[in-house]
Formats: sequence, structure tokens, C-alpha cells
Amino acid sequence: MKEVLRFEKIDLTYQAESGEVGALRDINFSVADGELIAIIGPSGCGKTTILSLIAGLIAPTRGKIFLNGQEMKDSNKTNVGYMLQRDSLLDWRTIHSNTQLGLEFCGKVEASYLENVETLLKTYELWDFKDKYPRELSGGMRQRVALIRTLAIKPDILLLDEAFSALDYQTRLLVVDDVYRILRQENKSAIIVTHDIAEGISMADRVIVLSKRPGSVSQNIKLGFKKEETPLTRRSLPEFQEYFNKIWKEFDADD
Amino acid sequence: MPMTKKKESMISYNQLSPERQRYLKSKQTRKRLIAITQILILVLAIVIWELTATLGMIDSFIVSSPTRMLRTILNFHQNQLLFHIGVTFLETMIGFVLGAAIGIFIAFILWWSSFLAKVMDPYLVVINALPKIALGPVIIIWVGAGMQAVIVMALAISLVVTIMEMLSGFINTDPELIKMSQTFHASKWQTFTKIVFPYNLHTLFNCLKINIGLSLVGVIAGEFLVSRAGLGYLIIFGGQVFQMDLVMTSVIILALLAALLYGLVVVIERVVIKLFLK
Repeated sequence: MKEVLRFEKIDLTYQAESGEVGALRDINFSVADGELIAIIGPSGCGKTTILSLIAGLIAPTRGKIFLNGQEMKDSNKTNVGYMLQRDSLLDWRTIHSNTQLGLEFCGKVEASYLENVETLLKTYELWDFKDKYPRELSGGMRQRVALIRTLAIKPDILLLDEAFSALDYQTRLLVVDDVYRILRQENKSAIIVTHDIAEGISMADRVIVLSKRPGSVSQNIKLGFKKEETPLTRRSLPEFQEYFNKIWKEFDADD
Repeated sequence: MPMTKKKESMISYNQLSPERQRYLKSKQTRKRLIAITQILILVLAIVIWELTATLGMIDSFIVSSPTRMLRTILNFHQNQLLFHIGVTFLETMIGFVLGAAIGIFIAFILWWSSFLAKVMDPYLVVINALPKIALGPVIIIWVGAGMQAVIVMALAISLVVTIMEMLSGFINTDPELIKMSQTFHASKWQTFTKIVFPYNLHTLFNCLKINIGLSLVGVIAGEFLVSRAGLGYLIIFGGQVFQMDLVMTSVIILALLAALLYGLVVVIERVVIKLFLK
């Protein structure tokens, strides 16, 4: 299977006023085309930092990152979709206009991309709301709009940074299910960063567990769920609890 | 928006419980009472002023009176009232627009370069604290005693406030939105035009509402010093020749002008926000 992303011996140290802070140490992993990876770890272990590296917002101190087989050099050229905790929709723009924002930033306001946005809006039942404003939509729908804004630029890989933690529990389960289906349908690779073990297991093909700071990979577990099992149905399978216990123990051992 | 709101309440008025009706009615009564009291105060003040003046309880030569002021207004051919109002209006508008434009531009530069913002910070604080009227003589000598000096005075008073207000607005733009734009590798200019500026539209109009008043302060102070034309000149001139009718009339007109200009900004705000949101 084609490899979308690879981390090779990535180290990262921050320069803070109080001294040097080791954020990541010797991180190695790869993501295959269409694979969903969950990164789980205690807070402050550098989960988000990994996403910032992939998005080109910061550069590693040592090591190499390969995107689509090419070493990342010019950070501005990375074609990565990043979803944050909050949907960050612009209140003063309509839903349709919000979904085009990413294209405007990337200079991709072209017919083929605009058509793609239209298709996405229609496929994911937002077309009827295209002229509404964000405040007129529910939290779950807003997050879906944010996902379409991200998918609009046709990213090589999607990064989800605690993208569901601002939603209330019930909405969250439904949105996770929703996003999972969309990612599968569009055959996107994604890295899901979460502090919620169950959420990670429910969405991913593989779970990477990070240790405390400086973060390093303490476990890399391949999950054996069938692709048809969605986050909601996975939760009632016996394997789900087994995986949960396994990762939970690892967390315990850390403390 | 207010239209639909009104409609909704009209419908519910007939359908809802008597408690709801009583509640709505009491609210409406209160609103009306406030308006009536407001008008009453004005009418009463005018009547008492006029009565005490005609009865000789106060000296209308010193405090003027409503009828004497009315006469001054009706006499606008002789005292060139309209011309002076026009001058003050024009100077205020020029000072206001320049202050807003230059202020936003400088705030934008300082937002762009946080280094420059840090460097300029103590200077801005000191210049902001300085009573700008102290610069009057300097301004007159530098730019000449005319309309230009008045405009520069208005600018001096409103500019620094605009810079500081807008800059603090720009800097305090929701960091999540900024981060979102960065994840798309937006350029700094794109981030400004598509996120920071629209996000601060309300800051801008709050700032403009303060500025229109400040510009007027600057213009009147400038006219006091330059003494050529405008309502400020009329007030100074009237005071010197003991024409209190002219002074009081000018002050009242000034108050109305200030209210009118403020109202103008409010109307522009409504139009812009409406255009922007639909």
C-alpha cells in the first residue's frame, strides 16, 4: 500500500525562557494511504506538536518527515488538512462561503475545486443550508462544515486535533461516526489526536500511544476491526474493551 | 431584524396568556413613560428659562433666552450662521475621516510588525496621555493659522486613540481563527483582510463613535485658537463682544451637530453591518 507520511527519528526541543524543553524524542511511524491513525497520550506529551510538524507550522530539531515519499522542506507547500478543536467558522460568512475559505487561502479558487465543494455540500446534506450563517447551525453540523472546508483543498492527509472535544457527549459520538464515514467514503488518510482512549479506538485502524514528555512512541497497536464497523458499532464489540484495557494499562504504567 | 421581532410579538400578543399580555403591556407603558418624561424635561427647561427671563428673575443679557436665541437663528443672513456651521461640519468630517484612515493604517502596520509595536508602545502611551490642546500654538506655527490648523488639531486628538483601540482589537483577534488560517498557509495579508479586519468591524465602529466626538472637540479647540470661522470662532467672538445670544445659540447648535454626527456614524454602522451580513 502507498505510504502517505513517514516520520524518521524526529526530535524536537523547544527553547523556553526557563530553559530547553524536550517535546518529542525519536518518533518513528508511518501512515498508509487511506489509513486512520489515532495518537493517544497524556496531556502535554506532544500530540499536537506532531500535527504542527506535519502541517509545517514548526520544524523538527532533528530527523526527517516524508510526505508522499518526498522529504518535507518548504513547509508552505504541504497539502495538509488541519481540523482544530473549535470549528472556527467565520460568523460573517455563509456556510457556502465558509467552505471556500481554505481554497481562497491556498489560491485554489478554481472551477474544479469549487465543484468539489458543491459535491461535498450536497453529499453531506448541507446544500440546503448553504446560504445560512454558522450561528443558525447545530454544533455537529458546524463541525461537518469545518470538515468540508478542510476537504475542499483536497489534502493528502487530514489532521484532527481534539476535533470533537468541544461538543457535548452525545453529539460527539454522532459526529465522530459521521466524520468516520466521510473519511472512509473519501478514502482519506488521517491522524486523529485525542486524549480520549475510547474515541481513538473507535475511529482508528492503528493506535499510537505516546509516553509523557518528552513524547516518544510507547505502543503502536494495529486494531483488527473491519472497515464496515463504524465508531458507534465498534463500541459494542468485545475487542473494543480488550484494546481499551491494553492501552489503559500502558497509561497506568506511565504514572 | 427589529421588524420581524415586532411581528412576532404582535402575533403572540393575541395568542398568549393574560400574564404575558400584562407583561408586554407594562413594558410598553414603561417605554412610553420614559419618552414622555424626556420630552417633558426639555419643554419644562425651555419654558422656565423663557418665563424667568421675561419676568426679569434672570438677566437675559447674560444668560440669553429661548426667544432671543430663536431670533439669532432666524437672523442667519446677518450673522452668517449657516456658513459657520458649514465650516465646523467640513473641518470635523475631514479630521474624522483622516483620523480613522491614518489610524487604521498605522494600527495595521503595528499589527504586522510586533517588533515595531513593542518599540512604539511607550511613545504611544506618552503621546496619548499628553493633552493635545497644548500643541495648539505649535500646530498654528507649523501649518499656518487657517482651516488646516483646525483639521490637524482634530487629527491630533483622535489619531492616537484610534491607533491604540484598533491595534488592541487586531491583536486580540480570536487566536483559534488565526491558527485556522495558518493551517491553510494563509499569507499575513490574507489573514488580515479575511479574518482580522472583518472580526474587528465592531471595534472599528465603537472607535468611530468615540472619534466623531473627539474630532469635534479638536475642531472647536482649533477654532478657538485660529479664530477665523466656525462655531468655535462664533463662541469666542460672541464672548468677547458680550453677545451671549450668539454664544448660547452656537453652543446649542453645536450640541445638535454632535448628536447628528454621532447618529450618522450609527446609521453607517447599521448599513455596513447589514451589507456585510447579508
